[in-house]
Amino acid sequence: MHLFDPVFLARLQFAFTISFHILFPAFTIGIASWLAVVEWRWLKTGNPVFESVYRMWVKIFAVNFGMGVVSGIVLSYQFGTNWSAFSDRTGNILGPLLGFEVLTAFFLEASFLGIMLFGWKRVGKMAHFGATVIVAVGTLISAFWILSANSWMQTPQGFIKGADGIFYPTNWIRIIFNPSFPYRFVHMVAAAYLTTAFVVGGVGAYYLWRRRHVGSARVMFGMAMIMAVFVAPLQLFFGDLHGLNTLEHQPAKVSAMEGLWETQRGAPLKLFGWPDQKKETTLYALEVPKLSSLILTHDFNGEVKGLKEWPSEDRPPAAWIFWSFRIMVGIGLLMIATGIAAVILFLRKRLFDTRWFQFWCMALTPSGFLAVLTGWCVTEIGRQPFIVYNVMRTADSVSPVGSGPVALSLGAFFLVYTVIFGAGTYYILKLIGKGPDMPEDASFGTHGLKKPLLVVDRS
Amino acid sequence: MFSFENILDLPIIWYALIGTAVFLYVLLDGFDLGVGILFPFAPSDQSRDRIMNSIAPFWDGNETWLVLGGGGLFAAFPLAYAVLMPAFYLPIIFMLLGLIFRGVAFEFRFKAFGWSRKAWNYAFHLGSLTAAFMQGVVLGTFVQGIAVEGRRFAGGALDWVSPFALMTGAALVFGYALLGATWIIMKTDGETQEWARNYAGSICVCVALFMALVTLSTPLINNDIKTLWFSLPNFFYLSPLPLLAFGMFLLLWKDLRRKKECRPFFLSIGIFLMNYLGLGISLWPWIVPFRFTLWEAAAAPQSQSLLLAGTLFLLPMVLGYTAYSFYTFRGKASPEGYY
Ligand code: HDD
Ligand code: HEM
Ligand code: HEM
Repeated sequence: MHLFDPVFLARLQFAFTISFHILFPAFTIGIASWLAVVEWRWLKTGNPVFESVYRMWVKIFAVNFGMGVVSGIVLSYQFGTNWSAFSDRTGNILGPLLGFEVLTAFFLEASFLGIMLFGWKRVGKMAHFGATVIVAVGTLISAFWILSANSWMQTPQGFIKGADGIFYPTNWIRIIFNPSFPYRFVHMVAAAYLTTAFVVGGVGAYYLWRRRHVGSARVMFGMAMIMAVFVAPLQLFFGDLHGLNTLEHQPAKVSAMEGLWETQRGAPLKLFGWPDQKKETTLYALEVPKLSSLILTHDFNGEVKGLKEWPSEDRPPAAWIFWSFRIMVGIGLLMIATGIAAVILFLRKRLFDTRWFQFWCMALTPSGFLAVLTGWCVTEIGRQPFIVYNVMRTADSVSPVGSGPVALSLGAFFLVYTVIFGAGTYYILKLIGKGPDMPEDASFGTHGLKKPLLVVDRS
Repeated sequence: MFSFENILDLPIIWYALIGTAVFLYVLLDGFDLGVGILFPFAPSDQSRDRIMNSIAPFWDGNETWLVLGGGGLFAAFPLAYAVLMPAFYLPIIFMLLGLIFRGVAFEFRFKAFGWSRKAWNYAFHLGSLTAAFMQGVVLGTFVQGIAVEGRRFAGGALDWVSPFALMTGAALVFGYALLGATWIIMKTDGETQEWARNYAGSICVCVALFMALVTLSTPLINNDIKTLWFSLPNFFYLSPLPLLAFGMFLLLWKDLRRKKECRPFFLSIGIFLMNYLGLGISLWPWIVPFRFTLWEAAAAPQSQSLLLAGTLFLLPMVLGYTAYSFYTFRGKASPEGYY
């Protein structure tokens, strides 16, 4: 692959801009739902701690949302600027899906975001809560459509390919609800919730550790741990189902995740190793006998296909997938461990004052983002060398644009995103440093540990 | 599978819908880009905060019309999308970079102090300026025609660098500034409004000059457009457009002097509408000028039908809650009052 190959540059540019974009939705989706819950608790209990938590996080949400919007607009135009051959051929199918995303989700989010952020004095409390809920629902609808589009590219069906190479829809239900979509949707939404939970939990842990904003910190930390306890194990379950679905529809991807080259019965699970594309083997593998067969076929001697089943030009680059997959699953296991630890500490009534656990949660603050990125790398790199699995190749998808403009724009995006991301992170950290505007001692009990109500001054 | 192709001329409906979406984009993001263009010239920091507040609840919704324009083109005319986007490669990238800076500046400047706040003010201004100029360049390049081979763009990366396109770029900057200035007149009072009114007067003159220039040069660059406008009896049918535009200019000028608050904004919209209609008439029925008509570039009827069914149901809802949002934030914007 030549460095100035336009296909390579376009892929690099897309990978860079979308990896940047997904960091924001992963947080937006989770935090929007969480804010809705916090506001609901506030309306329900009248407890001002919830209000102060809401007001602190809604500012962070706004910064994050802004960055999500601008990086998303870039993507929607990139389909045309960088992948015009792809757009021409798949427009009949992907166009309506993205069109529905704009009409059902983006307008909803954008309009009610204005009310959510600036409407405090203009609308009543219930209407404000309504706006928060609508924004949260909007983010989920948005995920629905875009993941449907992406899943169709992974497991395409419900279309015919014309003599001109163009895809024509034959059945919309089959297109929208394609085989991998339900799994991807559930897995991604759970990923967004976990990402948010670990950010909120990490910040709560930081306040508890520094003994600041204790009342609000207990709300944050407590709610985050509830998510970790319930959603982290669920995510393992969803991920397993997702993998089995992939095994059925994209077996080469699973072979790459497993680092398996030869088709075999009773295949071992390779914990670590280095898949070597040229030597067609996984070097330095540390194996657990038969476990891979057990996980994938639910039978110790089940047959698992190896990458050599496919001609070498149809194989995805295994090392990337192998390692990304391990990082994601590793983080998932750490999250489950966190949930278990939280339950044990809770039963011992030490959940909110165990120092090492606070430190642990602070360390895991960015883990969700890493898992989301590596998860997407498994999915997208595992689809290679196809852009629409088994029917259209990535190499046939690019625009007739020379490498000059693509390299130039890639460099520009890189620079601009570094500046924007740096500044955005800095402002978010500053907001976290400042904390909620709340008298320090105004603590209420949160989940489980009910303390006597204190009379709190509202101002 | 269902399809309306036997009962409706789908491509025409979609052409009209996308035309409307793009026009709404031009109006809505036009005024907030225009505010960004005028931003550094505002008389005081307080007045800058104030005009920022006047658009902060809306900018995201406004920009969504751009996503709808692009997304709608992709859905309804994928061939046009696939040919035009590579043709506008660099202007689009620059526009996107401009939009990034101005979009994040909304959030960032409220959280910054001192020099960094100044820096975000300029990011907001330069981002808005770049985005507006590049949109005008795209428009000019579009009107001039696109080099096509088969189903792909066949021109060079710098085809857009032409006197005509650069002129339309500048024209759009002034046009947006007019929308922005009249918006500020409507949404503020006191020193800010006074300042905007002064600016609106001079911008109004520039816009009129640019309009005359563009109107006269468009027929020159293309013969078909010339015969369309300057042959009889077309000339008589079409003359109301420029005449109406001229009338609106006069009225706008008077309103500014008589210190009207709301009508100038709507007159600016009217002027944009006349230009837009004129452009639409000139380019009919091309969607990739002068290579693909809207019928040739249309998506499969099944695809156009599905999205049309959805749009007929969803667009009124979108318009409804957009109106609700504008209604919620009606009246003069205040200098503070950030959430
Ligand atoms: C699973 C969720 C998800 C995924 C995979 C993507 N997005 Fe996204 N996108 C969202 C979830 C989201 C969101 C939650 O709805 C955002 C994030 C932050 C925000 O402001 O809205 C958003 C914003 C957003 C916007 C701005 C919307 C506005 O104006 O308000 C655009 C144009 C896109 N996205 C386009 C894309 C494209 C073309 C993608 C893929 C190639 C993509 N997004 C992947
Ligand atoms: C949001 C999370 C996502 C991430 C982090 C992500 C990541 C990536 C990466 C790393 C690549 C490069 C793969 C390679 O070239 O080896 C890629 C390619 C691509 N992805 Fe995704 N992707 C995401 C979602 C999507 C979605 C939702 C869509 C479409 C609806 C999409 C469409 C594409 C396209 C068109 C390409 C370029 C062609 C290609 O290289 O295959 N992606 N993405
Ligand atoms: C705990 C064990 C986990 C397992 C077994 C698992 C399994 C999988 C599998 C098999 C895929 C690839 C799907 C494909 O074929 O395309 C995937 C993708 C992905 N994973 Fe995980 N996962 C786990 C944990 C996590 C966690 C903790 C996160 C994030 C917080 C996460 C986020 C993602 C994302 C964003 C994708 C890409 C989107 C998709 O295809 O769903 N995963 N996961």
